[in-house]
Amino acid sequence: MIKRVGKQTICTENKPKIISTMSVVGPKEGKGPLKDYFDMILQDDTDGQKSYEKAESSMANRAINGCIKKGNLKEEDINYLISGDLLNQLTASNFAVRSLNIPYIGVYGACSTMALSLGLAAMIIAGDFANYVLAATSSHFSTAERQFRTPLEMGSQRLPTSQWTVTGAGAMLLGRNGNFPYISYITTGKVKDYGESDPNNMGAAMAPAAVDTIKQHLQDTGRKPSDYDIIATGDLGKHGKEITEKLLLEYNYDIKNRYIDCGVEIYDLEKQNVNCGGSGCGCSAVVASGYIYKNMLKGKFKRVLLVSTGALMSTTSYQQGETIPGIAHAVSIEFGGSSR
Amino acid sequence: MKINENKLKKEFKQLTENDKPKPQLLTHCVRAFIIGGVICDIGQMFNNLYSKLGVPNDLLGAYVSITMVFVGAFLTGIGIYDKIAEYAGAGTVVPITGFANSIVSPAMEFKKEGFVFGVAAKMFIIAGPVLVYGVTSSVIVGIVYYFIS
Repeated sequence: MIKRVGKQTICTENKPKIISTMSVVGPKEGKGPLKDYFDMILQDDTDGQKSYEKAESSMANRAINGCIKKGNLKEEDINYLISGDLLNQLTASNFAVRSLNIPYIGVYGACSTMALSLGLAAMIIAGDFANYVLAATSSHFSTAERQFRTPLEMGSQRLPTSQWTVTGAGAMLLGRNGNFPYISYITTGKVKDYGESDPNNMGAAMAPAAVDTIKQHLQDTGRKPSDYDIIATGDLGKHGKEITEKLLLEYNYDIKNRYIDCGVEIYDLEKQNVNCGGSGCGCSAVVASGYIYKNMLKGKFKRVLLVSTGALMSTTSYQQGETIPGIAHAVSIEFGGSSR
Repeated sequence: MKINENKLKKEFKQLTENDKPKPQLLTHCVRAFIIGGVICDIGQMFNNLYSKLGVPNDLLGAYVSITMVFVGAFLTGIGIYDKIAEYAGAGTVVPITGFANSIVSPAMEFKKEGFVFGVAAKMFIIAGPVLVYGVTSSVIVGIVYYFIS
C-alpha cells in the first residue's frame, strides 16, 4: 500500500530511527546560548586548513565520521550518505566525503538541506531500500560571504534584516531498529515566491514557503499545532519568524506557543551582533542534531516538527532583477509520546 | 481549508513593508558624519604637515591622497577597517580610504585562488564600477569643458 497521506506527505510505517547525531560548530556558535548542546566547538574557524572551503569540508567530515562512530558503526555499514551545502557545485560536501567509501548523493536545498537530506534518508529506509543512511549538511560564514556577498575585510554595513551564516556541520544517522527518536512523517515542500527581492532579507523571502509546508503538513496529517511540543523552522530569523506566525493565522493555525526558529535560538541576538539571527544550512543542522535531538533523548520534547527553510536564489539571479523563491521541507520526529 | 493565495500574498507584502526592522537613519547619519569627518580631519592634518615640510602646493593633494590610500589599505590589512565601517557606514565608504578598502579587501580574499586568477583578476570586483564610471564621466566633463571654453 502506498505510504502517503494527503497531498505532500509520506507516512513512514517502519519509523526510521535517528540512532546518532553529531554537531560541529565554530567559535561564535560555541559562545551562543546553545553551546552546551554541541558535540564539538572549534577554537578556530579555519580548522587548521588553508582555505575556508577546506575548513568547511573538514568540519563536515568530522561531523560525518563522528556520527558514524557514535552510532557504533563503521563506514562499510552505511548504505547511503546524503549531504549538501551552500557552495557552488556542493564543493564542501564533495570534498568532505572524498575520503569516505560510502555511496553518496549530493543534494542542494540551500538552507533547507538538513530537512531535505533527512527526509530523503528516511524515505530510503521507509521504502526498505537500506539499513543505515546518513544525512548531513554544513555551512560556513566565510565561504558563504565569499560566494554570495562581499570580501570579508570589505567595509560594508549590515542591514537590520540581515542574518549571520552559521559556521557549523551536522549529521544524523538513520537506522531501522532500536529505541531512538524516529521519523513519522515527511512533508516535501513546494517552491513559493511572494515577490521578495532583497537578498538582505532572506527570512521574509522564505517565510511563505515555511507557511505553506507547515500548513500542508498539518492538513495532510490531520494534526494541530498543539500536537507538537515544538515546531522549529530553520533560519527565518526574527523578522521571518514574525511573518510566518501571522500568515499561519490565516489558515487558522496558531503556532505561537510552540514555535522556535533555529536562527533565533543559536545566537544571542542582543550580544552577538547578528541582526535577525543565524542562517545557513548548518543552522538547522546543528540545532537539530544538538539542542533538539538531545532534548528528545532526555524526554523534554516528545514530538518535534523540523522545518528547514531555504532561499533558492543564485549569485546572479538577483543581479538580473529576479525575486527570491523559497522552499521548506518538514520532518516530524517523535520519541516517547503517544504514537499517531 | 481553501484560502485564496492572493490574499496571503497581499498580507505578506503588508507585513514585509510595515513590520520590517528599519535602520535608525538619524543615528546612522550622525555616525557617518562624525567618522567621515574624522577621516577628512586626518587628511587635512597630513595636508598641513606636508605643507609645513615644504611640499609645493600643487603636489599637496597627491601626497595626501597617497597617504590616505595607504591608511585605508593598512587598516584593511590588519582587519580593523571593516569594524569601523560597521559603525560608520557611509562615513568610511565615501572617503578615499573606502576606495582603498574596496580594492585591498578582495585582493586579500582571493589570494587563496593564486596571484594571477585570484588577487590580480579579482582585485577590482568592487572598485571596478567606480573606475569605469569615474573615468568615463571625467572624459565627458572634459569634452564639454573643451567645447564650452
